[in-house]
Amino acid sequence: MTRERLLTLALLATLLALPFATQAAGYPFYTTLATRMAILALAATGLNIALGLGGLVSFGHAAFFGIGGYAAGIVATHAMNAEPLFGLTVPASMPLVWIAAALAAGLVAAITGAISLRTSGVYFIMITLAFAQMVFYFAISWKAYGGEDGLSIALRNGFPGLNTAVPRDLFLIAFALLLAGLVIFWRVRVSRFGAALQAARQNELRVAAIGIEPFPIRLVAFVLSAMITAVAGAMFAELNRFASPSMLAWPMSGELIVLIILGGTGRLAGPVAGAMLYVMLEYWLGSITERWQFFLGLTLLGVVLFARGGIVGLVAGKPRHG
Amino acid sequence: MSLLSVERLEASYGASQALFGVDLAVGEGEVVALMGRNGMGKTTTIRAICGLMASRSGAISFAGRDVNREKPFRIARLGIGLVPEGRRCFPNLTVRENLLAAARSGKWTLDTVAQLFPRLAERRDQYARTLSGGEQQMLAIGRALMTNPRLLILDEATEGLAPTIRRDIWRAIRALKANGESILVVDKTMVELLPVADRCVVLEKGKTAWTGRPDELTAELQDRYLGV
Repeated sequence: MTRERLLTLALLATLLALPFATQAAGYPFYTTLATRMAILALAATGLNIALGLGGLVSFGHAAFFGIGGYAAGIVATHAMNAEPLFGLTVPASMPLVWIAAALAAGLVAAITGAISLRTSGVYFIMITLAFAQMVFYFAISWKAYGGEDGLSIALRNGFPGLNTAVPRDLFLIAFALLLAGLVIFWRVRVSRFGAALQAARQNELRVAAIGIEPFPIRLVAFVLSAMITAVAGAMFAELNRFASPSMLAWPMSGELIVLIILGGTGRLAGPVAGAMLYVMLEYWLGSITERWQFFLGLTLLGVVLFARGGIVGLVAGKPRHG
Repeated sequence: MSLLSVERLEASYGASQALFGVDLAVGEGEVVALMGRNGMGKTTTIRAICGLMASRSGAISFAGRDVNREKPFRIARLGIGLVPEGRRCFPNLTVRENLLAAARSGKWTLDTVAQLFPRLAERRDQYARTLSGGEQQMLAIGRALMTNPRLLILDEATEGLAPTIRRDIWRAIRALKANGESILVVDKTMVELLPVADRCVVLEKGKTAWTGRPDELTAELQDRYLGV
């Protein structure tokens, strides 16, 4: 077994054990932290397909994260008030929310991606940011769903066989989704599609010379990436019982990129390691000082200067990124 | 009816013209050697054929289709497999991923490429950047074959390699010829190139200066067009 695989398993085992161990030790709050870690790791795993494999620095993934959040909020609100949505009665069901979130984000990603993927480099970053800000302003002006106040979720959507009001059950759902996201990422990476996507990142002309058109491959990767991030967004809103406009705002996009860089760009376990470190720093440093992001900045600086492969690169070596 | 035909091709890098009228043709199953001193336009001709640079005028047709100014990936899909100068692999992909990315259905698969270059099979999970120069060259040829091209273009495939590796590469090229592949090859090693070639095209100052069979390329002609 390679070191990277061992590290991946160790990180996942730690994350899975965290709520159980801390609960037994009398710190139930850690279950919420672990859920937050799993959800952010899933969101970053989605982005890792675009950013890590495709080299597409999307500064607009907050839009997809937020669309997921609003999908959860909107479904919960309609189910709660027994108001039909598009003429249909809505059951308060998480799997339904995930499908809705993924479809809505996928559609937005297909449209914005078709335009923004014609650019590259800094223009791509700026145009994805612009689209995300459009979605943000649209959301805060949409009074029917909370406007600037966001959308509260009085009662979480349900999942068959589990009680989503119980923190541990919610954690297990988030963890299972993270596993599914990681499997998708891994399957993509070892497929012919993934090889072409990574090849296009390294040299567009060389890829064209072997008969591959980069654009459709990148578009599919971008859409898939958005769909996974949207499902994470839905879970994030469920966890907080609140779909906040800040989920759609640009600092969220930055946060997801930071998670990936901290953990290891393009690495399977990168987002998991990054999210675990990020949430721990946020919690521990946040309890010491309100300016905890100063120390996050220092950590990021350290990683960028001394450990280009992130945590995974530091521990498992042999970065896939050069 | 030739597979590839290039007529009166002219091309330029910005303001400086590099090709002033290149004519060449490659028939089905034929191996054509594209020759000339350094800077005479061999690589430029290849780049223009593959759509990697725009031509100024002239005609390029492949398999009966006009491919002049077509996008590079379309030309590649029509069946031109390029092994570029300087063995350009994807450094951060493994050998297997390099081959897989290029794969299109046909007789060339991971297995058949591995038969041609057993070394690649041994190194399949290694990153391309960790391969030796000769192995990278084998990978570049293997990758072009994985697209199952109707025409293989080899640009300086043995340049800068150790003699034993060169022999391996030439053995592979002869095997490809015996297999009936159509090949356009640029190389400086006359002793290896001439026996393989069915026809030679010599470029001088961006123009086709001479075309003929390798046995017609006398020492005098070689000295005039290729000697240093």
